[in-house]
Amino acid sequence: MLTIRGELIDAMAAHARADHPDEACGVIAGPDGSGRPERFIPMVNAARSPTFYEFDSADLLRLYREMDDRDEEPVVIYHSHTATEAYPSRTDISYASEPGAHYVLVSTRECGSGDGPVEVRSFRIIDGVVTEEPIEIVA
Amino acid sequence: MPAEVRIPTILRPYTGGDKIVTGEGADLGRLIADLDSRYPGIAERLVDEQGLRRFVNVYLNDEDVRFLGGLDTVVADGDSVTILPAVAGG
Repeated sequence: MLTIRGELIDAMAAHARADHPDEACGVIAGPDGSGRPERFIPMVNAARSPTFYEFDSADLLRLYREMDDRDEEPVVIYHSHTATEAYPSRTDISYASEPGAHYVLVSTRECGSGDGPVEVRSFRIIDGVVTEEPIEIVA
Repeated sequence: MPAEVRIPTILRPYTGGDKIVTGEGADLGRLIADLDSRYPGIAERLVDEQGLRRFVNVYLNDEDVRFLGGLDTVVADGDSVTILPAVAGG
């Protein structure tokens, strides 16, 4: 189960809408070992693509150094799908490399960059196996 | 000529859980071979026939080795090597 504050869900959805039709991506870091997503870090999609995302390699190093210095880990790794459902693609599964993270998918296929409904779902991806998990929204 | 090597979470099963290990080698390719001699299987996760795997980033100090010399990048005593899997998908 992913337990997360509602404002962080809203922040991921807002980022996804803003970058639509390209995929948006980012991390929500939290204290090491806590499993609590706290610090919202939107990242640039270096691929600037509607079908692919990738953190820029220099940004990636900076992000991990910073989390290391703050004793944080990537609790949530999120990205959007802009034309398909919020479910990990084959590419998502093959590149997933944080077994401890919650992979959150946001789909903007219905809302685009507008106000319509946005789909948000959370998954564990470990050794190529996808397991959906419930999201508990807290205040 | 040991260099410090930072290991990402996903590869720590190879290093017995260690986050920082040391490796030796005049260049990155040799350093990876040295790591593999002590942590068998780790090289396979980093390189393929073409060189460094596309979705593995390796940094020498602060620089992505793709912009240096790839596996031929010279590693000096006291350098710091950081391995980070790309965060990417479709």
